[in-house]
Amino acid sequence: MLLGKVVGRVWATVKNPSLEGQRLLIVQPLTPELKETGKQLVCADCTGAGAGELVYYCRGREASYAFLPEDVPSDSTIVGIVDELDVRRGTSC
Amino acid sequence: MLIARVVGELVSTEKHPSHKSLKVLVVQPLNLDGTDSGDALVAVDSVQAGIGDQVLVATDGYAAFSSVGLPPSPIDIAVVGVIDRVDLSG
Repeated sequence: MLLGKVVGRVWATVKNPSLEGQRLLIVQPLTPELKETGKQLVCADCTGAGAGELVYYCRGREASYAFLPEDVPSDSTIVGIVDELDVRRGTSC
Repeated sequence: MLIARVVGELVSTEKHPSHKSLKVLVVQPLNLDGTDSGDALVAVDSVQAGIGDQVLVATDGYAAFSSVGLPPSPIDIAVVGVIDRVDLSG
């Protein structure tokens, strides 16, 4: 999974019937320090995330497993809204 | 699999039901010389790893969700080992 922030939403009237009822959100990938990294992408959502929220999303075939037993053709799905992020880099081990 | 360092922990209440009761970590993939390699990832934990640990990370979905004992679930990355030592010959 990767961290990201919801920065927008997509509406599509004509779409695969299995995408019916799915919210499609635009997500900006972030580093753990919350800096933007990489290109924005469109994610399905199983959490009810809204604009500006910090989320983490799953990619690939597993992204569609969020909606089992339905087969939803999503390759990126938001699977969690982040409440707290504790980042400690430079900790020796 | 990748070598990575655990650099953070993530708390989430609104999440997919399969993630309930799982620890979710932020891991930074590493090169063999210990420098950062690419962007940090969010991984579920199957081995009780903690911040600062050098870990083995599976980046295939099947490996990831099965490592935490789940049927097909929206989990594509998991921490599957805590690394004690890496030997490089040559």
